[in-house]
Amino acid sequence: MVSRILTIAQQELRIGIRNRWILLATLILAFFSLALALLGSAPAGTLGVDRLTITVASLASLSVYLVPLIALLLAFDAVCGEIERGTLLMTFSCPISRTEFLLGKTIGHTLVLTIALVAGYGLTAAVLLTMGTGSLSGLADFARLVATSVLLGICFLAIGYVLSSLTRQLGTAAAAAIAAWLLFVVLYDLALLGALVANPSGFFASHVFPYAILLNPADAFRLFNLAALGASDLVGGMSGVSETLPFDPTLAFISLLAFAAIVLTASAILIRRITP
Amino acid sequence: MTNSTLSVQSLTKRFKGNIAVDRVSFELKPGERVALLGHNGAGKTTLFKMVLGFLRRDSGDVSVLGCAPGSNPARQGTAYLPESVAFSSALTGEEVIRFYARLKGEPSARSLELLEQVGLADASKRRVGTYSKGMRQRLGLAQALIGNPKLVLLDEPTTGLDPISRQNVYQLIGEIAQKGATVLLSSHALTELEARTDRILILSKGQLVADDELGKLRAQAGLPIRLKVWTKPGAAQEVAAQLGAGRMNGRSVELDCGTDDKVRKLSAISALGNLVEDVDVHPPSLDDVYRHFSNTVQKEA
Repeated sequence: MVSRILTIAQQELRIGIRNRWILLATLILAFFSLALALLGSAPAGTLGVDRLTITVASLASLSVYLVPLIALLLAFDAVCGEIERGTLLMTFSCPISRTEFLLGKTIGHTLVLTIALVAGYGLTAAVLLTMGTGSLSGLADFARLVATSVLLGICFLAIGYVLSSLTRQLGTAAAAAIAAWLLFVVLYDLALLGALVANPSGFFASHVFPYAILLNPADAFRLFNLAALGASDLVGGMSGVSETLPFDPTLAFISLLAFAAIVLTASAILIRRITP
Repeated sequence: MTNSTLSVQSLTKRFKGNIAVDRVSFELKPGERVALLGHNGAGKTTLFKMVLGFLRRDSGDVSVLGCAPGSNPARQGTAYLPESVAFSSALTGEEVIRFYARLKGEPSARSLELLEQVGLADASKRRVGTYSKGMRQRLGLAQALIGNPKLVLLDEPTTGLDPISRQNVYQLIGEIAQKGATVLLSSHALTELEARTDRILILSKGQLVADDELGKLRAQAGLPIRLKVWTKPGAAQEVAAQLGAGRMNGRSVELDCGTDDKVRKLSAISALGNLVEDVDVHPPSLDDVYRHFSNTVQKEA
């Protein structure tokens, strides 16, 4: 069982390397994170906070946009793309269970994402350290950022698998993936913001809004990372995030874990029902 | 339980009121090479998918190697090559075979020898993206041979191949059957199947309309042998009159006759002496036999 899962995972990793997916994702992450680290935090240089920590705060916002996009682009092809190419028929005619197949895909894609994140963000961290503007304590923040980014990626991989199992055409799955990205990363926040602006001190702001943030993995990710940065009050207007919340910020982390588990289970159920 | 590799009993599948497979029954024995013929949409792929356990049947029974379709022992003994499969073009032939060998739990060293058997040894380190269509089909066949399966299902394995690649495919199919595996292949290219399969199943509108050896199907169909007599210029009319029947066609006369009547007709033709320049004898081809069996169902319907 394990060997079959690893076979699928290894295949995905190999394809990720061959078609330069990993390279592209790494370059994008490295480019944007270096730009943010070197240009974006220049005004904050005199604050006396570790430059690495400030960078982590901006990278958290970067991750919210890029990681879901990369994960969805990796995942939308997983089921319906293989149906279109006929390879899923062959794979499923082998003695492998559908759940093993899905787990293999998830592990493989997670590795692709992890490599890209570690290499892309790692480059930025290395640059900051060699410039002497970062300290080792900032590295812990950095590690947390990468780890939670991977978790955020798994959430969106799972969304991609669900969409890929629900559609029969690759084009439809791609469109659905982009729509999911817009919905979770852009529109959800806009809607919340709109409701908040309309009534800044009402029931919504105090009782609905914080939990609404928990439900969206992209928001939960950002909340957890910013709250976990001890220096958050010094970073770009996010003063006292954790004090204003009606719950412990770790709940945001648990919410990410739960989201990934629930949506992966949903995609496992869906993939059992499809006829390749 | 009999020793059949695949047993299908009055299998039926409906899609939204459309009958795709209609009370189909047949048995396949070890070592048989069987062709499943049918027009596009006759239900060939649907039948395969039910045998593999991908599609649920509405009624009837399927038993693969004595087990339920889609169960682990059934999948272990079965190999399948879908119609027009596209392997990831970023992988090499060797990596594709290793991948499927590991999924089937077979040692990859032995599976890699299959690449030699299908003539891809030299290309094994090249990416599939650089392969020709024939090479990809052979790679698919090598995949289907991993682990000496007892039942090999090939969905249109020769579609889109040139004649030489097609011959290669049939040669391989012969080798597989010699090892004792049952090969069931679907096709709509009919004439190429002659002398390459032991038995022919004809599916038409979901119904099994024929199940026999080609020779016996020919006899059952009772199709006439067509004689084409080439005459000297201007003599067509006279020849037609002398032979008593036939359609005239410029310089030739065509007439049909039964198997028992053939020799008598031919001697009548040779008696015409130098009025005749040449004679072509056309026994009914597989295409004719196939058309005969598919048409009978359509007339009944």
